[in-house]
Amino acid sequence: MAKTITPGAPSAGPKKEQGRKFTTLSGVPVEPLYTENDLQDFSYSRDLGDPGEYPFTRGIHRSMYNGKLWTMRQFSGFGSPEDTNQRLHYLLKRGQTGLSIAFDLPTLMGYDSDHPLADGEVGKCGVAVSSLDDMETMLAGLPLERVSTSMTINSPAAMIWAMYLVAAEKSGADWKHISGTIQNDILKEYIAQKEYIFPPEPSMRLVVDSIIFSAKETPRWNPISISGYHIREAGSTAVQELAFTLRDGIEYVDWVRRAGLDVDEFAPRLSFFFNSHNDLFEEVAKFRAARRVWATVMRERYGAKNPRSWLCRFHTQTAGCSLTAQQPYNNVVRTAIQALAGVLGGTQSLHTNSLDEAWALPTEHAATVALRTQQVIAHESGVAAVADPLGGSYFLEKLTLDTERACYEYFDKIDAMGGMVAAIEKGFPQKEIHEAAYAYQRAVELKEKIVVGVNEFVTEEDRPVDILVIDKGIAKRQRDKLAALKKKRDNARVRRSLDALGGRAESGGNLMPCILESVRAYATLGEMCDVLRKVFGTYEEPAFR
Amino acid sequence: MPDRRIRVIVAKPGLDGHDRGAKIVARALRDAGMEVIYTGLRQTPEQIVNAALQEDVDAVGISILSGAHNTIIPRVCQLLREAGMPDVLVIVGGIVPDEDIPGLKESGVAAVFQPGASTQEIVDFIRSHVKQAV
Repeated sequence: MAKTITPGAPSAGPKKEQGRKFTTLSGVPVEPLYTENDLQDFSYSRDLGDPGEYPFTRGIHRSMYNGKLWTMRQFSGFGSPEDTNQRLHYLLKRGQTGLSIAFDLPTLMGYDSDHPLADGEVGKCGVAVSSLDDMETMLAGLPLERVSTSMTINSPAAMIWAMYLVAAEKSGADWKHISGTIQNDILKEYIAQKEYIFPPEPSMRLVVDSIIFSAKETPRWNPISISGYHIREAGSTAVQELAFTLRDGIEYVDWVRRAGLDVDEFAPRLSFFFNSHNDLFEEVAKFRAARRVWATVMRERYGAKNPRSWLCRFHTQTAGCSLTAQQPYNNVVRTAIQALAGVLGGTQSLHTNSLDEAWALPTEHAATVALRTQQVIAHESGVAAVADPLGGSYFLEKLTLDTERACYEYFDKIDAMGGMVAAIEKGFPQKEIHEAAYAYQRAVELKEKIVVGVNEFVTEEDRPVDILVIDKGIAKRQRDKLAALKKKRDNARVRRSLDALGGRAESGGNLMPCILESVRAYATLGEMCDVLRKVFGTYEEPAFR
Repeated sequence: MPDRRIRVIVAKPGLDGHDRGAKIVARALRDAGMEVIYTGLRQTPEQIVNAALQEDVDAVGISILSGAHNTIIPRVCQLLREAGMPDVLVIVGGIVPDEDIPGLKESGVAAVFQPGASTQEIVDFIRSHVKQAV
């Protein structure tokens, strides 16, 4: 048994050598003191502006949280649609203000629960949704015109979103009134999370089609959440997370404009999703730089006229990869610091991880502690009263400027490669992230970076006894449900709708109407994805050397 | 003493795409002088065992974070035995709760490296446990 914990007396901690060089978590050197000399070229009006004013460094609203707190949006989803429906109702009762749904791996990869590759995976990392029937079960009794729902789905986002739209319609909710987000960010899948199905070109087409459909049909929906979260989890630095995410954003803007939309027709609905890691100032600088860079890109690079197009609106999740399996209660503290960084950084919504997530999906108790963490920050710490309360700190402003500069350097490199799709095909962002991840691992093993409870302050201690165990019977029940569905639906209609989808995929044209028709006919996710796999092919990444 | 370098397959079965750990381990084993073959993502147990046979490896390292380890890993061990490779060292890394470890060891896994393990531990374990024909 290879235990990672070595028994023994707690050690006295790392030695502070005289004149030791400090760096941020991402390895950026940090001086012992910052003064006005570090901000020689700094201008309040150019670099900051007031909150709610271009370039929005200090926040996208004039009054920030004084007018309205961020949305507390805890990500959840496990097991069957019935289990998840129960958990969503529970969270709303506990004071959560927005829903956020996690899907299991077969769903993320476009396979039904009865596919051979789904063996052992059904309901494990999220909820299993194979058809409109599952979606209706998962959303039963939820007030869809009043809650906003975020769905973490990428490669098959168009199909899952179509299921949500049809379920909403059938429950009497108007598409004009429903609000929510689909992640739908395929570029970061190739870069980091690796849950891709099709090659980049047809995948981008699906994203563009859903953005265009959304611009016309669902005015309050965010059709994409351009995500740095997973890039960071894969081991990137803060700067890489920011640069690759915003450059992905630029790539989407280019593709949708090429499809004929004016930038102001869709840019106000683009949203972002960032990670919040342990290094408080580095994170706050990243969030502020994100707003400044995006506003500048939209106004200067694209000539966007609508001020709403300039806003970098983002959701934040605390860093899963920072959580340790050892001494899990330390994770509550890490998460609180990271959540604080998200709030000081002006996030629009926030997910706080639970203390047991280095082991499993959270138990109800652990998820409640995570939500309470946000409520303590919101209602007891005082930080929500003032917009951008750290603004003007010599250190923070210097870090924000440096982060911004490093971000533009990456833009130049990727532009020179011909854009993000080309850079991905070269393996550029993937390699950059791997180098950063390896450097960090080395630093931890050499104790240049301390991880409390892992490489220092180690004790032999009990792990939390309660781990959420997913019921083993779920896979069989999901398979039985699918078999029953395939017997009772109108299979001729299913066939016609799938043929139409395949035809549209081959001939060109927006895929959303065909996907919606397939969903209404109760075609399954796997059936729709199989049709597209046949037309588009699948993606294999360049080999890792 | 064996004069050939230790050969290891680093494999990613299951549907999850989380390859940060697998790639770090692959690189650390290379830096330690081993020959490493990284399979890429979403390999079936059959594909992994085929590669182990083709590449004539001493060890198979399986990285899995999706929670499907109890389904997938015993299958890999069984196929290795059926393919006439009972001596190949099988090690596992990823999110594996304590209570699942005895079952995995029973199926033929030599060690499970949980979150927080160092690459040095993994290198040392392979070096001291690989059975090489002399």
